[in-house]
Amino acid sequence: MRIQILAVAASLLAGWSAPARAADTIKVGAILAVTGPASFLGAPEAKTLEMLVQEANAKGGWGGKKIQLIVKDSQASPEKAISFAKQLIEEDKVLAIIGPSTSGETMAIKNVAEEAKTLLLSCAAAEVIVNPVAKHVFKTPQKDSDAVIRIFEQMKKMGATRIGVLSSNTGFGKAGKEQIEKLAPAHGIQIAASEVYDKAATDLTAEVTKMKAAGVQAIVNWSIEPAQALVIKNARQIGLTIPIFQSHGFGNIQYVTAAGAAAEGVIFPAGRLLVADELPDSNPQKKVLVGYRNAYEARYKEPVSTFGGHAWDAFEILAEAVRRAGTAPEKVRSAVEGLHGFVGTGGVFHFSATDHNGLDASAFEMLTVKGGRFVPLAR
Amino acid sequence: MRLARYRPVALFLAAAVALELLAVHGGKGFLLTQLTMSAYYTLVVLGLSLLMGYAGQISLGHAAFFAIGGYASAALTTWDLSAWGGTGLVKALVAAGALAARRDAYGGPVLAFHPWLACACAVALALLVAWLVGIPVLKLTGHYLAMATLGVGTIILSVAVGTEALGAADGISGVPPFPLLFGAAVGGSAAERVVNYYVAFGLLALGLLLLSNLVDSRVGRALRAIHGAEDAAGAMGVDTGRLKLRTFVLSAGMAAVAGVFLTHFNGGIGPSEASIMKSVKYVSIVAVGGMGSLWGTLATSLVLNFLSLRGYFGSFDDAVFGGILILIMLFSPDGVLSPRLWRAARAAVLRPRPAEAPAAGDAPAAGDAPEDVR
Amino acid sequence: MFGELVAQYLVAGLTYGTIYAVVGMGFNIIYNATGIINFAQGEFVMLGGMTAVSLSTLLPLPIAIAGAVLATMAVGALIEMTFIRWLHRPSVLRMIIITIGISILVREAALLLWGQGVRALPYFTGNEVSSIALGGARVSPQVLWAVGACAAMVVAITAFFRFTMLGRQMRACSANRVAASLCGLPTRNLITLSFVLSAGMGALAGCVVSPITQTQYGMGTGLAIKGFTVAILGGLGNSLAALAAGLLLGVVESFSVSLLPTAYKDAVSIAVLLAVLFLRPSGIFGGRVAARP
Repeated sequence: MRIQILAVAASLLAGWSAPARAADTIKVGAILAVTGPASFLGAPEAKTLEMLVQEANAKGGWGGKKIQLIVKDSQASPEKAISFAKQLIEEDKVLAIIGPSTSGETMAIKNVAEEAKTLLLSCAAAEVIVNPVAKHVFKTPQKDSDAVIRIFEQMKKMGATRIGVLSSNTGFGKAGKEQIEKLAPAHGIQIAASEVYDKAATDLTAEVTKMKAAGVQAIVNWSIEPAQALVIKNARQIGLTIPIFQSHGFGNIQYVTAAGAAAEGVIFPAGRLLVADELPDSNPQKKVLVGYRNAYEARYKEPVSTFGGHAWDAFEILAEAVRRAGTAPEKVRSAVEGLHGFVGTGGVFHFSATDHNGLDASAFEMLTVKGGRFVPLAR
Repeated sequence: MRLARYRPVALFLAAAVALELLAVHGGKGFLLTQLTMSAYYTLVVLGLSLLMGYAGQISLGHAAFFAIGGYASAALTTWDLSAWGGTGLVKALVAAGALAARRDAYGGPVLAFHPWLACACAVALALLVAWLVGIPVLKLTGHYLAMATLGVGTIILSVAVGTEALGAADGISGVPPFPLLFGAAVGGSAAERVVNYYVAFGLLALGLLLLSNLVDSRVGRALRAIHGAEDAAGAMGVDTGRLKLRTFVLSAGMAAVAGVFLTHFNGGIGPSEASIMKSVKYVSIVAVGGMGSLWGTLATSLVLNFLSLRGYFGSFDDAVFGGILILIMLFSPDGVLSPRLWRAARAAVLRPRPAEAPAAGDAPAAGDAPEDVR
Repeated sequence: MFGELVAQYLVAGLTYGTIYAVVGMGFNIIYNATGIINFAQGEFVMLGGMTAVSLSTLLPLPIAIAGAVLATMAVGALIEMTFIRWLHRPSVLRMIIITIGISILVREAALLLWGQGVRALPYFTGNEVSSIALGGARVSPQVLWAVGACAAMVVAITAFFRFTMLGRQMRACSANRVAASLCGLPTRNLITLSFVLSAGMGALAGCVVSPITQTQYGMGTGLAIKGFTVAILGGLGNSLAALAAGLLLGVVESFSVSLLPTAYKDAVSIAVLLAVLFLRPSGIFGGRVAARP
């Protein structure tokens, strides 16, 4: 029996072949939740990166060097993200890591990246990722607090001050809920009921009934899962006619399809990717947005979502930094920090030593659903 | 003669040392990271192997005990008590040396429980929960036991995901290293990699020693008797209920210890560690390794966890586990190291497997005993 | 207002309960024939819903549903014949592990086939916002479809096991397989049939609940846990009891939401189950001794 164990160990050792370390490639790591509970984020992000790397390599790569993308599927598990981050940093010696997709994973590897002085461009939402600022950690999705502010402003316009909050039990839902609770008093908004539901919920009638019982004037729901379609369906089915707000996690047309007639009139903040065609030609983002959307939809035959856009931003920010500063890691990091006026899908980024997100409330557009399509909310 | 018992464990340790030397001198020191992590998961699996393979009790919620250990230790070492620094209780705790002041990654002062105390509390909590849960749960059998353990796992998971103080969906990060003797620490920094490897494998060797002694003892024979035929074991004077409970608590304790150490090594823990899929993976590894085969389980766990943590299976991680599980359960229910498998494999090359021959007819041969009674 | 709310929670509970019951009943058919709990039962529900959604883009809804049920039945038969049929009197532990493995494989295959996106069948009557007033509460007509389908399935299955020759043979096979085969019953085929029936029930359930719950590749696990809870709560093997237990569990969950944070909803329903298991292992409606080792 012992001999068999040794045989297993020996075959394992034989499997450790040295990865080719060619000097003419630039390695970029990505830790994304391609499958598993956060695949709504990770899958479009991974697809976007693959597309961008292929495009960039077809054009000769960065400064004549080919880009080698190493995507690791973490399935949204922090322990895997940690293992992969160490692997990418110590073993593959990547220039930068794009991702992870979720806040929990990003927080788990924030210190790993910081200690190893490796650039981390997170695609996750929570503000704790960049506050306090860690020198090597950046994030591309817009700030939750800005989304909340835009929603509160719209609520006040509509005369709703007593609201109900629903959020899913994911990092995305948690981060949004925290910002809502933090910012409500300053905006004169009263939270009458707040509930956290399971990300895999199959019906939320009881939860919206609790909102109804609390006599709220509007509901905000914060999640990225299909359950956000359930919220609006169940609310309308029990006869709630009050305005329903969603987070920027609603920025995926499949949720509108899933909610059907119930989706009509839902209001939510989002990057401009979803309404690229409606933008005036003078808008600086229009060219980038239309280009990304057309390329993605032609290649993958599925509607583009704002989540893939976060990966687009991360990759193109890295590309721009390499273009400016070459491939020395510290110089690339400084170049990212020095990017000012970079036009991405999420908005126009202005990074600085104290702002590693680079976006403000203007990155959001208030959208609504009309006739099964996303349209800008009439001001 | 007693020394012979320690020979396998000594050989295992020698192999671990050889592996370390090979990896470090071969310029692949980074592999130790994933080896260390798999060693901790293997500790969980070994405990479960005792429960499933020897006592014959399934647990579909074992990740919960790992999570209790990890979460409790993470929470106690990260909850900052400096805001209550003036209160009598905190002052008393400081005076008793229970609290340790440190600075977090951004230089902010943190006053939290000392890792040693946190570790002790975490393991004690897991043992307590296992004992309280075990009393009623282990009275059940078959599907009812499976459902009850699955249920316990689900409850612990929903507490982890639903509780703000435990970081809800994000889990807890920023867990400080666990100081050991001589300035070494259980932590994630690359400089401490070799030390951590030996801590993990040392712990694993201790676990192996404990279990291999246990299964060769009176207790081990009694456990196997329970697995074979519980009523008969009871009739022979084995206190089956107490023995099952003790085994359950012991295996939960091993999972909790692994949870504490891995959490400090990783610097954090998330709800994925408490997930049902994780429990299912532990059960799979025991099943694939061979229920009742400590060495088979050890090898399977080290290899599969190592490959999984290195991302060799890509997005097919779950599928690979499922596939291996089915194949082994169908063709070799005694596990990968089962002599039956090797014999059958040899026989399959030469002639059809004799064991399957009676399956051709509709009626089973008379006088067949269910296979799990051996 | 208060009475209205109570009615609304009650209706919400019945919605949950119907979903759970319809999944839980599927467990019982295979259990009745083989003594196996099929942990891949939730995947039948997912497969039914997914296939129906795919077919409904080409075919009218009723035909798409029928097609999906038939296709899932075929998958059920295939699973039984590939993995279970030739096993020689496997132990419970081994069967639990094998069916868990099957469930993982089916789920991963569905992920490859359909991707991670969420789909749903259209509402059978009305649309996403239509609802019917029911004693002060409002309920989607789809819930009534689900309740109706669930009730019809219970009646059909009970009648099948009680009054048809095939059903009686299956019960005989369950009671004592050796004796049944000595009497000349084709026990192996009867077991395959139980998988086919159970897959069909799961698939039909998957179709009727799809507009309510939406369908996604990973939905099976959560539903299976709830379905298994309900099957055990009612007493394994008893379809009518599973229906009652499902509705009861749904109502408990729904009212727990009105009092406790929703985050612990699952913990509440599992705690109920554990309490029942500890106090009365044969289930609320079960007979004397059930814990089948």
